[in-house]
Amino acid sequence: MIDKTSRDGLAPGFRSPVPDAQQTFRRLMDAFARPGTIVDLAAELAPPTSLMPAAAAVLLTLADLDTPVWLDPRLGGEAAGYLAFHCGCAFVEPLDQATFGVLVDGTDVRCLDGFAVGDADFPDRSATVVIQVDGLRADGGVRLNGPGIDGQAMLQVDGLDARFWTFQAGNRMLFPLGIDVVFASGRQLAALPRGIAAMAG
Amino acid sequence: MSEAAAVQSTGYNFAYLDEQTKRMIRRAILKAIAVPGYQVPFASREMPLPFGWGTGGIQVTAAIIGADDRLKVIDQGADDTTNAVSIRRFFARTAGVATTTRTTDATLIQTRHRVPETPLGPHQILVYQVPIPEPLRWLEAREAETRRMHGLADYGVMHVKLYEDIAQHGRIATGYDYPVQVGQRYIMAPSPIPKFDNPKMDRCPALQLFGAGREKRIYAVPPHTPVKSLDFEDHPFSVETWSKRCSLCGAGDSYLDEVIMDDTGRRMFVCSDTDYCAERRAAGHRGEGDGA
Repeated sequence: MIDKTSRDGLAPGFRSPVPDAQQTFRRLMDAFARPGTIVDLAAELAPPTSLMPAAAAVLLTLADLDTPVWLDPRLGGEAAGYLAFHCGCAFVEPLDQATFGVLVDGTDVRCLDGFAVGDADFPDRSATVVIQVDGLRADGGVRLNGPGIDGQAMLQVDGLDARFWTFQAGNRMLFPLGIDVVFASGRQLAALPRGIAAMAG
Repeated sequence: MSEAAAVQSTGYNFAYLDEQTKRMIRRAILKAIAVPGYQVPFASREMPLPFGWGTGGIQVTAAIIGADDRLKVIDQGADDTTNAVSIRRFFARTAGVATTTRTTDATLIQTRHRVPETPLGPHQILVYQVPIPEPLRWLEAREAETRRMHGLADYGVMHVKLYEDIAQHGRIATGYDYPVQVGQRYIMAPSPIPKFDNPKMDRCPALQLFGAGREKRIYAVPPHTPVKSLDFEDHPFSVETWSKRCSLCGAGDSYLDEVIMDDTGRRMFVCSDTDYCAERRAAGHRGEGDGA
Protein backbone atom coordinates (compact mmCIF):
# COMPACT_ATOMS: atom_id res chain seq x y z
CA MET A 1 0.00 0.00 0.00
CA ILE A 2 3.05 2.22 0.14
CA ASP A 3 3.92 4.39 -2.81
CA LYS A 4 7.12 3.14 -4.33
CA THR A 5 8.47 6.62 -4.52
CA SER A 6 7.47 9.79 -2.82
CA ARG A 7 7.37 13.16 -4.50
CA ASP A 8 11.10 13.65 -4.62
CA GLY A 9 11.83 10.12 -5.77
CA LEU A 10 12.98 8.85 -2.39
CA ALA A 11 11.21 5.70 -1.22
CA PRO A 12 9.93 5.88 2.37
CA GLY A 13 11.52 3.96 5.23
CA PHE A 14 9.61 2.35 8.06
CA ARG A 15 6.13 3.77 8.42
CA SER A 16 6.43 3.70 12.22
CA PRO A 17 10.17 3.65 12.87
CA VAL A 18 10.06 2.70 16.56
CA PRO A 19 7.70 -0.31 16.52
CA ASP A 20 8.78 -1.41 13.04
CA ALA A 21 12.45 -1.48 14.04
CA GLN A 22 11.57 -3.32 17.26
CA GLN A 23 9.51 -5.93 15.42
CA THR A 24 12.21 -6.41 12.80
CA PHE A 25 14.88 -6.74 15.45
CA ARG A 26 12.96 -9.31 17.47
CA ARG A 27 12.51 -11.48 14.41
CA LEU A 28 16.12 -11.05 13.39
CA MET A 29 17.21 -11.88 16.95
CA ASP A 30 15.08 -14.99 16.80
CA ALA A 31 16.76 -15.93 13.52
CA PHE A 32 20.21 -15.44 15.11
CA ALA A 33 19.26 -17.35 18.25
CA ARG A 34 17.78 -20.26 16.27
CA PRO A 35 19.78 -20.63 13.06
CA GLY A 36 17.77 -22.29 10.35
CA THR A 37 14.61 -20.51 11.44
CA ILE A 38 13.08 -18.48 8.64
CA VAL A 39 11.33 -15.38 9.89
CA ASP A 40 8.91 -13.09 8.08
CA LEU A 41 9.24 -9.35 8.08
CA ALA A 42 6.49 -7.72 10.12
CA ALA A 43 6.82 -4.19 8.81
CA GLU A 44 5.55 -2.79 5.53
CA LEU A 45 8.46 -1.63 3.43
CA ALA A 46 8.97 -0.76 -0.22
CA PRO A 47 12.64 0.07 -0.77
CA PRO A 48 14.26 0.71 -4.17
CA THR A 49 13.89 -2.34 -6.38
CA SER A 50 17.48 -3.56 -6.07
CA LEU A 51 17.02 -3.90 -2.30
CA MET A 52 14.77 -6.61 -0.97
CA PRO A 53 12.41 -5.46 1.80
CA ALA A 54 13.99 -7.88 4.30
CA ALA A 55 17.51 -6.66 3.53
CA ALA A 56 16.45 -3.04 3.76
CA ALA A 57 14.66 -3.70 7.05
CA VAL A 58 17.81 -5.19 8.61
CA LEU A 59 19.79 -2.06 7.76
CA LEU A 60 17.02 0.33 8.80
CA THR A 61 16.95 -1.50 12.13
CA LEU A 62 20.68 -1.76 12.81
CA ALA A 63 22.71 0.63 10.69
CA ASP A 64 23.36 4.25 11.60
CA LEU A 65 26.11 6.85 11.70
CA ASP A 66 28.25 4.53 13.84
CA THR A 67 28.29 1.68 11.33
CA PRO A 68 30.16 1.91 8.03
CA VAL A 69 28.33 -0.05 5.34
CA TRP A 70 29.74 -1.75 2.26
CA LEU A 71 27.25 -1.94 -0.57
CA ASP A 72 27.58 -4.24 -3.52
CA PRO A 73 28.06 -1.76 -6.43
CA ARG A 74 25.38 -3.68 -8.33
CA LEU A 75 22.79 -2.40 -5.83
CA GLY A 76 23.03 0.95 -7.54
CA GLY A 77 22.84 4.55 -6.48
CA GLU A 78 19.17 4.56 -5.62
CA ALA A 79 19.69 1.92 -2.91
CA ALA A 80 22.70 3.82 -1.59
CA GLY A 81 20.74 7.06 -1.49
CA TYR A 82 17.88 5.33 0.29
CA LEU A 83 20.13 3.91 3.00
CA ALA A 84 22.16 7.11 3.31
CA PHE A 85 18.98 9.08 3.94
CA HIS A 86 17.13 6.68 6.24
CA CYS A 87 20.08 5.23 8.19
CA GLY A 88 22.54 8.10 8.00
CA CYS A 89 25.25 5.52 7.49
CA ALA A 90 28.59 6.10 5.79
CA PHE A 91 29.63 3.86 2.91
CA VAL A 92 33.08 2.38 2.67
CA GLU A 93 34.93 0.71 -0.19
CA PRO A 94 37.44 -1.44 1.72
CA LEU A 95 35.52 -4.51 2.86
CA ASP A 96 37.43 -4.85 6.10
CA GLN A 97 36.22 -1.47 7.35
CA ALA A 98 32.54 -2.32 7.04
CA THR A 99 30.31 -3.20 9.97
CA PHE A 100 27.60 -4.28 7.56
CA GLY A 101 27.84 -5.56 4.03
CA VAL A 102 25.07 -6.13 1.51
CA LEU A 103 25.37 -8.46 -1.47
CA VAL A 104 22.83 -7.91 -4.21
CA ASP A 105 22.59 -11.65 -4.86
CA GLY A 106 24.26 -14.90 -3.93
CA THR A 107 25.81 -15.70 -7.30
CA ASP A 108 29.33 -14.69 -6.34
CA VAL A 109 30.39 -14.74 -2.72
CA ARG A 110 34.15 -14.51 -3.15
CA CYS A 111 34.17 -11.05 -1.58
CA LEU A 112 33.15 -12.53 1.79
CA ASP A 113 36.79 -13.31 2.50
CA GLY A 114 37.50 -9.59 2.70
CA PHE A 115 35.23 -8.68 5.60
CA ALA A 116 36.50 -8.14 9.13
CA VAL A 117 36.37 -11.25 11.32
CA GLY A 118 37.28 -9.54 14.59
CA ASP A 119 40.33 -10.41 16.65
CA ALA A 120 40.97 -12.74 19.56
CA ASP A 121 40.42 -9.98 22.10
CA PHE A 122 37.35 -8.55 20.37
CA PRO A 123 35.61 -11.16 18.22
CA ASP A 124 32.55 -8.88 18.16
CA ARG A 125 34.41 -6.45 15.88
CA SER A 126 33.38 -8.45 12.87
CA ALA A 127 31.10 -7.76 9.95
CA THR A 128 27.49 -8.81 9.54
CA VAL A 129 26.82 -9.48 5.88
CA VAL A 130 23.36 -9.52 4.33
CA ILE A 131 23.13 -11.69 1.21
CA GLN A 132 20.05 -11.35 -0.96
CA VAL A 133 18.97 -14.74 -2.28
CA ASP A 134 16.16 -16.16 -4.41
CA GLY A 135 14.41 -18.22 -1.79
CA LEU A 136 14.61 -19.73 1.70
CA ARG A 137 13.07 -23.01 2.75
CA ALA A 138 13.38 -25.07 5.92
CA ASP A 139 13.03 -28.43 4.17
CA GLY A 140 16.09 -29.85 2.50
CA GLY A 141 19.28 -28.07 1.64
CA VAL A 142 22.09 -28.07 4.16
CA ARG A 143 22.08 -29.58 7.61
CA LEU A 144 22.94 -27.07 10.33
CA ASN A 145 24.09 -27.62 13.84
CA GLY A 146 25.62 -25.46 16.54
CA PRO A 147 24.55 -22.97 19.22
CA GLY A 148 20.82 -22.30 19.13
CA ILE A 149 19.92 -25.49 17.31
CA ASP A 150 18.30 -28.43 19.06
CA GLY A 151 20.01 -31.33 17.32
CA GLN A 152 19.95 -30.15 13.75
CA ALA A 153 18.09 -27.82 11.41
CA MET A 154 17.71 -27.79 7.66
CA LEU A 155 18.03 -24.74 5.45
CA GLN A 156 17.64 -24.53 1.69
CA VAL A 157 18.98 -21.30 0.21
CA ASP A 158 18.04 -20.80 -3.44
CA GLY A 159 20.29 -18.78 -5.72
CA LEU A 160 23.37 -19.15 -3.54
CA ASP A 161 26.84 -19.83 -4.92
CA ALA A 162 27.83 -23.35 -3.83
CA ARG A 163 31.20 -21.89 -2.81
CA PHE A 164 29.40 -20.19 0.06
CA TRP A 165 29.30 -23.43 2.02
CA THR A 166 33.03 -23.90 1.56
CA PHE A 167 33.47 -20.36 2.82
CA GLN A 168 31.25 -21.04 5.84
CA ALA A 169 33.22 -24.17 6.72
CA GLY A 170 36.35 -22.00 6.90
CA ASN A 171 34.47 -19.22 8.66
CA ARG A 172 33.38 -21.63 11.34
CA MET A 173 36.95 -22.86 11.81
CA LEU A 174 37.85 -19.30 12.82
CA PHE A 175 35.40 -19.37 15.73
CA PRO A 176 35.14 -17.33 17.92
CA LEU A 177 36.20 -15.03 15.08
CA GLY A 178 34.29 -14.91 11.82
CA ILE A 179 31.56 -13.00 10.03
CA ASP A 180 27.85 -13.45 10.63
CA VAL A 181 25.60 -13.86 7.62
CA VAL A 182 21.96 -12.92 7.16
CA PHE A 183 20.09 -14.28 4.15
CA ALA A 184 17.29 -12.09 2.84
CA SER A 185 14.71 -13.25 0.36
CA GLY A 186 11.81 -10.95 -0.38
CA ARG A 187 10.24 -10.44 3.02
CA GLN A 188 11.98 -13.40 4.66
CA LEU A 189 15.16 -13.63 6.72
CA ALA A 190 17.39 -16.39 8.02
CA ALA A 191 20.66 -16.02 9.90
CA LEU A 192 23.85 -18.01 9.90
CA PRO A 193 26.04 -16.94 12.82
CA ARG A 194 29.73 -17.80 12.58
CA GLY A 195 29.61 -20.81 14.90
CA ILE A 196 27.16 -22.85 12.84
CA ALA A 197 28.35 -25.96 11.04
CA ALA A 198 26.67 -26.62 7.69
CA MET A 199 26.89 -29.99 5.98
CA ALA A 200 25.39 -31.15 2.74
CA GLY A 201 21.95 -32.57 3.55
CA MET B 1 -2.56 -12.31 39.24
CA SER B 2 -1.53 -10.11 36.42
CA GLU B 3 -1.47 -6.39 36.45
CA ALA B 4 -3.27 -4.51 33.74
CA ALA B 5 -1.14 -2.63 31.27
CA ALA B 6 -0.48 0.79 32.66
CA VAL B 7 -0.99 3.92 30.67
CA GLN B 8 2.19 4.87 28.91
CA SER B 9 3.90 8.01 30.08
CA THR B 10 4.38 10.74 27.55
CA GLY B 11 7.59 12.63 26.94
CA TYR B 12 9.75 9.54 26.56
CA ASN B 13 10.57 7.37 23.60
CA PHE B 14 9.03 3.91 23.71
CA ALA B 15 10.81 1.94 26.46
CA TYR B 16 12.76 5.03 27.55
CA LEU B 17 15.92 4.59 25.46
CA ASP B 18 16.41 6.62 22.28
CA GLU B 19 16.53 4.72 18.99
CA GLN B 20 20.24 5.17 18.39
CA THR B 21 21.00 3.64 21.77
CA LYS B 22 18.66 0.75 21.01
CA ARG B 23 20.42 0.12 17.71
CA MET B 24 23.78 0.05 19.47
CA ILE B 25 22.47 -2.42 22.06
CA ARG B 26 20.74 -4.51 19.42
CA ARG B 27 23.97 -4.83 17.44
CA ALA B 28 25.75 -5.93 20.63
CA ILE B 29 23.03 -8.50 21.36
CA LEU B 30 23.37 -10.09 17.92
CA LYS B 31 27.15 -10.37 18.30
CA ALA B 32 26.64 -11.79 21.80
CA ILE B 33 24.34 -14.47 20.39
CA ALA B 34 26.82 -15.23 17.60
CA VAL B 35 29.64 -15.75 20.13
CA PRO B 36 27.93 -17.45 23.09
CA GLY B 37 29.42 -16.54 26.46
CA TYR B 38 31.68 -13.77 25.11
CA GLN B 39 31.17 -10.41 26.79
CA VAL B 40 30.42 -7.78 24.15
CA PRO B 41 31.34 -4.24 25.24
CA PHE B 42 28.53 -1.74 24.80
CA ALA B 43 28.04 1.96 25.51
CA SER B 44 25.96 1.57 28.64
CA ARG B 45 23.80 4.62 29.29
CA GLU B 46 22.93 6.39 32.47
CA MET B 47 19.52 5.21 33.51
CA PRO B 48 17.08 6.86 35.89
CA LEU B 49 18.28 4.55 38.66
CA PRO B 50 21.79 3.84 39.89
CA PHE B 51 24.18 1.23 38.62
CA GLY B 52 23.71 -1.86 40.74
CA TRP B 53 19.95 -1.70 40.45
CA GLY B 54 19.74 -3.63 37.25
CA THR B 55 20.63 -1.00 34.68
CA GLY B 56 22.29 -3.56 32.39
CA GLY B 57 19.26 -5.82 32.40
CA ILE B 58 16.97 -2.82 31.96
CA GLN B 59 18.88 -1.62 28.89
CA VAL B 60 18.75 -5.07 27.32
CA THR B 61 15.05 -5.33 28.07
CA ALA B 62 14.43 -1.84 26.70
CA ALA B 63 16.19 -2.71 23.45
CA ILE B 64 14.14 -5.83 22.81
CA ILE B 65 10.73 -5.22 24.39
CA GLY B 66 7.72 -4.62 22.18
CA ALA B 67 4.15 -3.55 22.72
CA ASP B 68 2.91 -7.15 22.52
CA ASP B 69 5.30 -8.48 25.18
CA ARG B 70 4.23 -9.51 28.63
CA LEU B 71 6.94 -8.70 31.16
CA LYS B 72 7.78 -10.42 34.43
CA VAL B 73 10.50 -9.08 36.73
CA ILE B 74 11.93 -11.01 39.65
CA ASP B 75 14.44 -10.13 42.31
CA GLN B 76 15.83 -13.12 44.22
CA GLY B 77 12.89 -15.09 42.87
CA ALA B 78 10.29 -12.67 44.20
CA ASP B 79 7.94 -10.52 42.14
CA ASP B 80 7.11 -8.21 45.02
CA THR B 81 10.48 -6.89 46.16
CA THR B 82 11.55 -3.28 45.61
CA ASN B 83 13.79 -3.85 42.61
CA ALA B 84 11.27 -6.05 40.83
CA VAL B 85 8.34 -3.73 41.50
CA SER B 86 10.16 -0.61 40.37
CA ILE B 87 11.54 -2.16 37.16
CA ARG B 88 8.17 -3.63 36.27
CA ARG B 89 6.55 -0.27 36.81
CA PHE B 90 9.29 1.45 34.81
CA PHE B 91 8.41 -0.58 31.72
CA ALA B 92 4.67 -0.39 32.33
CA ARG B 93 5.04 3.40 32.29
CA THR B 94 7.63 3.92 29.57
CA ALA B 95 6.56 1.15 27.19
CA GLY B 96 2.93 0.62 28.18
CA VAL B 97 3.48 -3.14 28.15
CA ALA B 98 1.46 -5.70 30.01
CA THR B 99 3.14 -7.17 33.07
CA THR B 100 2.60 -10.39 34.92
CA THR B 101 3.95 -12.31 37.88
CA ARG B 102 3.19 -15.69 36.34
CA THR B 103 6.23 -17.32 34.80
CA THR B 104 4.17 -19.22 32.26
CA ASP B 105 2.38 -16.06 31.03
CA ALA B 106 5.54 -14.02 30.49
CA THR B 107 7.23 -13.59 27.11
CA LEU B 108 10.08 -11.63 28.65
CA ILE B 109 11.47 -12.19 32.14
CA GLN B 110 14.05 -9.90 33.68
CA THR B 111 15.74 -11.44 36.67
CA ARG B 112 18.09 -10.57 39.46
CA HIS B 113 19.84 -13.57 41.00
CA ARG B 114 17.43 -16.41 40.20
CA VAL B 115 16.19 -18.56 37.34
CA PRO B 116 12.48 -19.36 37.73
CA GLU B 117 11.68 -22.86 38.97
CA THR B 118 9.08 -23.36 36.25
CA PRO B 119 10.92 -24.55 33.13
CA LEU B 120 11.08 -21.89 30.42
CA GLY B 121 9.82 -22.41 26.88
CA PRO B 122 11.15 -21.42 23.46
CA HIS B 123 8.79 -18.43 23.26
CA GLN B 124 10.41 -16.84 26.31
CA ILE B 125 13.48 -14.68 26.80
CA LEU B 126 15.32 -14.46 30.11
CA VAL B 127 17.27 -11.26 30.79
CA TYR B 128 19.75 -11.40 33.68
CA GLN B 129 20.97 -8.40 35.64
CA VAL B 130 24.70 -8.81 36.08
CA PRO B 131 26.93 -6.93 38.56
CA ILE B 132 30.34 -8.41 37.63
CA PRO B 133 30.31 -10.01 34.19
CA GLU B 134 33.96 -11.11 34.25
CA PRO B 135 34.30 -14.55 35.89
CA LEU B 136 38.08 -14.14 36.06
CA ARG B 137 37.99 -10.71 37.69
CA TRP B 138 38.66 -11.92 41.25
CA LEU B 139 41.63 -13.89 39.98
CA GLU B 140 43.08 -11.27 37.63
CA ALA B 141 42.24 -7.60 38.13
CA ARG B 142 43.54 -6.32 34.79
CA GLU B 143 40.95 -6.13 32.02
CA ALA B 144 43.60 -6.43 29.29
CA GLU B 145 44.79 -9.68 30.87
CA THR B 146 41.36 -11.26 31.35
CA ARG B 147 40.44 -10.30 27.80
CA ARG B 148 43.57 -12.02 26.54
CA MET B 149 42.85 -15.07 28.70
CA HIS B 150 39.40 -15.37 27.11
CA GLY B 151 40.91 -14.86 23.66
CA LEU B 152 43.33 -17.72 24.20
CA ALA B 153 40.87 -19.82 26.23
CA ASP B 154 43.57 -19.76 28.89
CA TYR B 155 41.44 -20.80 31.82
CA GLY B 156 43.97 -22.67 33.95
CA VAL B 157 43.75 -20.09 36.72
CA MET B 158 40.04 -20.76 37.20
CA HIS B 159 40.66 -24.45 37.67
CA VAL B 160 43.45 -23.66 40.12
CA LYS B 161 40.99 -21.55 42.09
CA LEU B 162 38.46 -24.37 42.22
CA TYR B 163 41.24 -26.80 43.15
CA GLU B 164 42.37 -24.55 45.99
CA ASP B 165 38.79 -24.57 47.25
CA ILE B 166 38.94 -28.33 47.42
CA ALA B 167 42.36 -28.29 49.08
CA GLN B 168 41.18 -25.83 51.75
CA HIS B 169 37.55 -26.77 52.27
CA GLY B 170 37.30 -30.28 50.89
CA ARG B 171 34.83 -29.13 48.26
CA ILE B 172 34.28 -26.34 45.75
CA ALA B 173 33.05 -23.62 48.07
CA THR B 174 31.50 -21.31 45.47
CA GLY B 175 27.77 -21.20 46.09
CA TYR B 176 26.59 -18.49 43.71
CA ASP B 177 27.87 -16.99 40.45
CA TYR B 178 29.38 -20.42 39.95
CA PRO B 179 31.47 -20.30 36.75
CA VAL B 180 30.22 -22.10 33.66
CA GLN B 181 31.63 -22.90 30.27
CA VAL B 182 29.33 -22.10 27.36
CA GLY B 183 29.37 -24.22 24.23
CA GLN B 184 32.78 -25.64 25.17
CA ARG B 185 34.45 -22.29 24.64
CA TYR B 186 33.98 -19.23 26.86
CA ILE B 187 33.95 -19.34 30.62
CA MET B 188 31.08 -17.16 31.73
CA ALA B 189 29.70 -15.69 34.94
CA PRO B 190 26.07 -16.78 35.21
CA SER B 191 25.42 -13.70 37.40
CA PRO B 192 24.92 -14.24 41.14
CA ILE B 193 22.32 -16.95 40.78
CA PRO B 194 22.72 -19.80 43.28
CA LYS B 195 24.54 -22.75 41.75
CA PHE B 196 21.21 -24.53 42.23
CA ASP B 197 20.07 -22.69 39.10
CA ASN B 198 23.08 -23.52 36.94
CA PRO B 199 21.61 -26.76 35.55
CA LYS B 200 18.57 -24.80 34.35
CA MET B 201 20.79 -22.81 32.00
CA ASP B 202 22.07 -25.93 30.28
CA ARG B 203 20.36 -26.49 26.92
CA CYS B 204 17.55 -24.17 28.01
CA PRO B 205 14.97 -23.75 25.21
CA ALA B 206 14.72 -20.02 25.99
CA LEU B 207 17.19 -17.38 24.84
CA GLN B 208 19.24 -16.07 27.77
CA LEU B 209 20.64 -12.53 27.65
CA PHE B 210 22.89 -10.90 30.23
CA GLY B 211 23.35 -7.17 30.80
CA ALA B 212 25.93 -5.51 33.03
CA GLY B 213 25.31 -1.76 33.16
CA ARG B 214 28.19 -0.52 35.25
CA GLU B 215 30.68 -2.85 33.61
CA LYS B 216 29.20 -2.17 30.14
CA ARG B 217 28.97 -5.73 28.88
CA ILE B 218 26.29 -7.79 27.18
CA TYR B 219 26.50 -11.53 26.68
CA ALA B 220 24.19 -14.33 25.71
CA VAL B 221 23.47 -18.03 25.72
CA PRO B 222 21.44 -19.11 22.68
CA PRO B 223 18.71 -21.73 23.12
CA HIS B 224 19.75 -25.38 23.46
CA THR B 225 23.37 -24.41 24.07
CA PRO B 226 25.39 -26.56 26.49
CA VAL B 227 26.27 -24.71 29.70
CA LYS B 228 28.63 -26.73 31.85
CA SER B 229 29.36 -25.88 35.47
CA LEU B 230 33.11 -26.29 35.99
CA ASP B 231 34.16 -29.22 38.12
CA PHE B 232 36.60 -32.10 38.42
CA GLU B 233 36.01 -35.78 37.72
CA ASP B 234 36.55 -36.66 41.38
CA HIS B 235 34.68 -33.59 42.62
CA PRO B 236 31.68 -33.40 40.32
CA PHE B 237 29.42 -30.35 40.33
CA SER B 238 26.47 -30.66 42.67
CA VAL B 239 23.70 -28.32 43.78
CA GLU B 240 22.45 -27.33 47.21
CA THR B 241 20.02 -29.63 48.97
CA TRP B 242 17.81 -28.99 51.96
CA SER B 243 16.65 -31.32 54.70
CA LYS B 244 13.40 -29.34 54.87
CA ARG B 245 10.61 -28.71 52.40
CA CYS B 246 8.93 -25.37 51.76
CA SER B 247 6.82 -24.52 54.81
CA LEU B 248 4.12 -22.92 52.69
CA CYS B 249 3.73 -25.19 49.67
CA GLY B 250 5.65 -28.32 50.65
CA ALA B 251 7.88 -28.19 47.57
CA GLY B 252 10.96 -30.36 47.85
CA ASP B 253 12.45 -29.40 44.51
CA SER B 254 12.80 -25.63 44.74
CA TYR B 255 15.43 -23.26 46.09
CA LEU B 256 14.55 -22.44 49.69
CA ASP B 257 15.15 -19.26 51.66
CA GLU B 258 15.60 -19.52 55.40
CA VAL B 259 13.42 -17.05 57.28
CA ILE B 260 13.99 -16.24 60.95
CA MET B 261 10.59 -16.13 62.63
CA ASP B 262 11.25 -14.69 66.08
CA ASP B 263 13.99 -13.96 68.61
CA THR B 264 13.91 -17.46 70.07
CA GLY B 265 15.46 -18.85 66.91
CA ARG B 266 12.41 -20.33 65.26
CA ARG B 267 12.86 -20.47 61.54
CA MET B 268 11.11 -21.63 58.45
CA PHE B 269 12.13 -22.46 54.90
CA VAL B 270 10.12 -21.07 52.01
CA CYS B 271 10.45 -21.10 48.24
CA SER B 272 12.52 -18.22 46.94
CA ASP B 273 10.42 -18.29 43.74
CA THR B 274 7.20 -16.64 44.91
CA ASP B 275 5.26 -17.47 41.75
CA TYR B 276 6.20 -21.14 41.92
CA CYS B 277 5.15 -21.28 45.57
CA ALA B 278 1.87 -19.46 44.94
CA GLU B 279 1.03 -21.68 41.95
CA ARG B 280 1.64 -24.78 44.04
CA ARG B 281 -0.54 -23.50 46.87
CA ALA B 282 -3.26 -22.60 44.38
CA ALA B 283 -3.08 -26.18 43.16
CA GLY B 284 -3.73 -27.39 46.70
CA HIS B 285 -0.23 -28.21 47.91
CA ARG B 286 0.43 -27.36 51.53
CA GLY B 287 3.55 -27.27 53.65
CA GLU B 288 3.85 -28.06 57.34
CA GLY B 289 4.17 -24.47 58.44
CA ASP B 290 1.19 -23.14 56.54
CA GLY B 291 -1.33 -23.77 59.31
CA ALA B 292 -4.02 -24.48 56.76
